[in-house]
Amino acid sequence: MTTDIAPVRRTRLLRTPAAGIVRHVLLIAASIVMIYPLLWMLASSFRPNDEIFSNPGIIPEGLDATNYLEGWNSLAHPFGRYLMNSAIVVLGCVLGNLLSCSLTAYAFARINFRFRAPLFAVMLVTIMIPVHVIVVPQYIMFNQLGWVNTFVPLVLPKFLATDAFFIFLMVQFIRSIPRELDEAARVDGLGHIGIFFRIILPLMLPALAATAIFTFINSWNEFFTALIYLTSPDMMTVPVALRSFLDVTAGSSYGPMFAMSIVSLLPVFFIFLFGQKYLVRGISTTGLK
Amino acid sequence: MSVLGELRRLRAGRAGRAAPRRRETAIGYLFLTPWLLGVVVITAVPMLASLYLAFTDYDLIRPPEWVGLDNVVAMLNDARLANSLRVTFTYVLVSVPLLLAFALLVAVLLDRKLRGLSFYRSIFYLPSLLGSSVAIAILWRQMFGRDGLINQVLAWFGVQGPSWISNPDTALGTIILLHVWTFGTPMLIFLAGLRQIPVMYYEAAQVDGASAFQRFTRITLPLLSPIIFFNLVLQIIGAFQSFTQAYVVSGGSGGPADSTMFYTMYLYQRGFAQLDMGYASALAWVLVLIIGAFTAVNFIASRFWVFYDD
Repeated sequence: MTTDIAPVRRTRLLRTPAAGIVRHVLLIAASIVMIYPLLWMLASSFRPNDEIFSNPGIIPEGLDATNYLEGWNSLAHPFGRYLMNSAIVVLGCVLGNLLSCSLTAYAFARINFRFRAPLFAVMLVTIMIPVHVIVVPQYIMFNQLGWVNTFVPLVLPKFLATDAFFIFLMVQFIRSIPRELDEAARVDGLGHIGIFFRIILPLMLPALAATAIFTFINSWNEFFTALIYLTSPDMMTVPVALRSFLDVTAGSSYGPMFAMSIVSLLPVFFIFLFGQKYLVRGISTTGLK
Repeated sequence: MSVLGELRRLRAGRAGRAAPRRRETAIGYLFLTPWLLGVVVITAVPMLASLYLAFTDYDLIRPPEWVGLDNVVAMLNDARLANSLRVTFTYVLVSVPLLLAFALLVAVLLDRKLRGLSFYRSIFYLPSLLGSSVAIAILWRQMFGRDGLINQVLAWFGVQGPSWISNPDTALGTIILLHVWTFGTPMLIFLAGLRQIPVMYYEAAQVDGASAFQRFTRITLPLLSPIIFFNLVLQIIGAFQSFTQAYVVSGGSGGPADSTMFYTMYLYQRGFAQLDMGYASALAWVLVLIIGAFTAVNFIASRFWVFYDD
């Protein structure tokens, strides 16, 4: 394909000024619809409760922190406790996925072991197994081990590479690293363990970054397993704590709820701001045929 | 290369290489130890255990009691289950096509050199990162309540909207809307796919006098069909497992009048609220069978509309 001249032709053949304007008008309108609820929640988090139900504007009148103070202190523990719980779980999940998935991916991408093809197929199929089929016996198992109301049921599976999607993402990435590098290292006397740690791992930084970011966001938002395993107020993560606002305030006091909701969205938002490159690349490369 | 492409390749038998040596196999399994442990302990054993429990009566306190097909019979006569199936099917069959249509439409609008592309892309992608959070579900609860944001905006136009979340006819619609709002991820995948279509196809078509619509239906759609298929399969599998949004928006009840009682919520209620673990296991396996059937039908149907040029 003649990529070097394609953009020039593109502009000449496919675009007219009028079509361009229509496109931008459509996109801007859609952007506003998409983003308005978020901006409105942000503005409302600084408003008294009655105004949340009467002011649809997104220009904040001031930075009244009342809701934030009230929200921070209206559950069994200060909200910081739940943030800390979530941080521990997220850290464990990210670490677990980085370690276990990269080891597994290296084996599938670079080591020629027996039954590789069938095991690889098993790995791909596990991506599609719904969590609900295993959650009941898993709960029974973790319950008997006395791990309910600990973070173990949320974190341990990540150290056992159960997020097969990331294995797949890393396999794809490792395959794109030239094999000549492995060969050269092997000539220098490195085995698979040396090649993995010294050659492949440093080169697959973009795939590790994508995995870390996706795992961060997924485990930060994780609700279903947290709801099942973390029932004591001491152990609640942010999503479960946020949900319990609905019980405490009978679901009517939106000011404090919005304030803590904003707090809970901030980490994901910042990750999105700074890690977008890896997110987009990660999705784009695993989504293609 | 997607998961599905990979599976196709494996089936076609192109994955095999030279026979492995024993040392390679040993070191391979060393690397695989955590994963193998996970597959056995976290996935396979619980799956088999839940298959067994599906034929028992079990409340976590007394040991499981074998009841044969009692759970299956009970399921056939369970009106709430039938209702939750109806709710879930409606949700999946309405929200997934809508979501994919939006994703494709916006991706096509964003394709080719466009001023502000990365800005638009960020705006459209952000909701899919936040959409599965409890915070957004709380926002939705307010927005679609009686005096929520939606009705405040409607009031400008002199329309007095109902309380969308407490009306059984509209509650499910608000959750479908929330799901459609998160079209960003498939949109990114479509965008990447569109980049791979050679520009010269479009140029040739234009020289031949094809309209924009014809170029879309005759070039874009066929060449993008493997990616549409990939998104369709994964989105359907994902949508069947939706839980958080309906749970939070309905305040944990699946109401009003069970109108947002998703299959997963019913499973949660039976298993973890009523401690009816045997019945919940049976429900879980039926969900697997449903998802498996949908995926199989998808794969079979794909032979008639997915175009592979490799």
